[in-house]
Amino acid sequence: MATAAHRTVDAVWRIESARLIAGLTRFVRDVGLAEELAQDALVAALEQWPESGVPDKPGAWLMAVAKRRAIDQIRRRTVLERKQELLGRDLELQQESAEAGLDTALDDDVGDDLLRLIFIACHPVLSTEARVALTLRLLGGLTTDEIARAFLVPESTVAQRIVRAKRTLSEAGVPFEVPHGAERDRRLSSVLEVIYLIFNEGYAATAGDDWMRPALCEDAMRLGRILAELTPAEPEVHGLVALMEIQASRSRARVGPNGEPILLLEQNRGRWDQLLIRRGLAALARAEVLGGAAGPYALQAAIAACHARARTAEETDWARIAALYGTLAQVTPSPVVELNRAVAVAMADGPSAGLALVDALAEERLLEGYHLLPAVRGDLLEKLGRFDEARAEFSRAASLTRNTRERDVLLRRAGRL
Amino acid sequence: MKVMVIVKATAESEAGAMPSEQMLTEMGNYNEELVKAGIMLAGEGLHPSSKGKRVLFSGRNRTVTDGPFAETKELIAGFWLWQVKSMDEAVEWVKRCPNPMNEESTIEIRQVFEAEDFGEVMTPELREQEDRLRAQLEEKQ
Repeated sequence: MATAAHRTVDAVWRIESARLIAGLTRFVRDVGLAEELAQDALVAALEQWPESGVPDKPGAWLMAVAKRRAIDQIRRRTVLERKQELLGRDLELQQESAEAGLDTALDDDVGDDLLRLIFIACHPVLSTEARVALTLRLLGGLTTDEIARAFLVPESTVAQRIVRAKRTLSEAGVPFEVPHGAERDRRLSSVLEVIYLIFNEGYAATAGDDWMRPALCEDAMRLGRILAELTPAEPEVHGLVALMEIQASRSRARVGPNGEPILLLEQNRGRWDQLLIRRGLAALARAEVLGGAAGPYALQAAIAACHARARTAEETDWARIAALYGTLAQVTPSPVVELNRAVAVAMADGPSAGLALVDALAEERLLEGYHLLPAVRGDLLEKLGRFDEARAEFSRAASLTRNTRERDVLLRRAGRL
Repeated sequence: MKVMVIVKATAESEAGAMPSEQMLTEMGNYNEELVKAGIMLAGEGLHPSSKGKRVLFSGRNRTVTDGPFAETKELIAGFWLWQVKSMDEAVEWVKRCPNPMNEESTIEIRQVFEAEDFGEVMTPELREQEDRLRAQLEEKQ
């Protein structure tokens, strides 16, 4: 019975924790303190629910307990401060209005509070690792242990990251607010980056990994969908959601029976999840209607959508993909994007057109040691019948990759020529 | 994990009674909550079984029968697809659902199979066969 109640507490926590912490942060103006109060309420639930049964409105119950603790804390602090004679009678008034304010804080604008919490968790004052850990902890409802398992690091590392992040936010006096104007755009792109990073970490999981790792994809998608509801007018949020939904639609098809990766064009499209594809295309349409077709996430989603729409690999609209990569290269110039464009151009206009673009990248510093450059070049040379050069490129690519499965494939291709 | 949340039929839903405005509002609010929480993937309501068909399989025979069907309480009146962390989370969400019917009713939660759930039974050979079949089916479409 106790375990059943504990599982219920876990489930309620998963559903309620973000809103709980968000509402409390508005009141106490400190994410760290708000999270402690919410945790206290969780502990109280774990102690009491196995005896008393789960309350009818578990979320409201947790909120009431956290609220009582918050008021206790304020009273204690008030008494302490009064003793120190730092402040006079004003404090009593302040305390009263704070108590009255708490009720409204917990009822109104839950959505706004949640959005403020997301912006705080992804604040640029924090390191990327700290942003990721704090987001999963405060908004995803994950435990420190779950985050540690998902990122293959010791639990103490994550715990420390979170403690330090909370302290940093406190010391920097980061306000609990939704930023405006240009600042909002900058901060929003940090939020999107964090969510996509979580998604990619899950997507990079391989067979045999702890199940917490692939589950990160679901956590990221959930966060993305929540964000899309909170900021419906932001095209790039829908772009990111679209990108994640379409990429996730292929997860069943991208690994072979023995755990080997299967490249996009060789995947069995019958295994693609049509529901996620439909959701992804709908999110992309929303981004485009909002005038966000040229956003970096929307562009990547549009490229993914070209593949999703093609019923067979042969039906892929490579000309459109090449054009989309061209736009992406303008928005976010990168040699990796350029290399992808070269591949698309080769598929659309033939290998020599692609090779010209690849050759232009030969001197690119950032691609030095990047195995995909010689791998792509080898593939194009092979298609052009220049087998000796192709063999050399495949061998070079094989010597650069750290992935053994990939190395095998490349060496096999070199040996075949 | 994905779950299918199934709203079972009642005598009223099978009789084709439309939900009241209040019910529609409550259900609308609930659906909005599910979307805001990022868990709802899909959801639909179904016409009564009187508009449905059944195909009975027996060896090589296929026999089609028209609705309505008996055993009302086992019929389906609607469903959702949710992405949740655990069955317990799904249960908590279902508890928050307004009673979908004017009378006593049931909501059933079932876990959706994912490839890895087949475990050892799904050998690489079987997977390959399944893939081949799917590919062939697609070609015929």
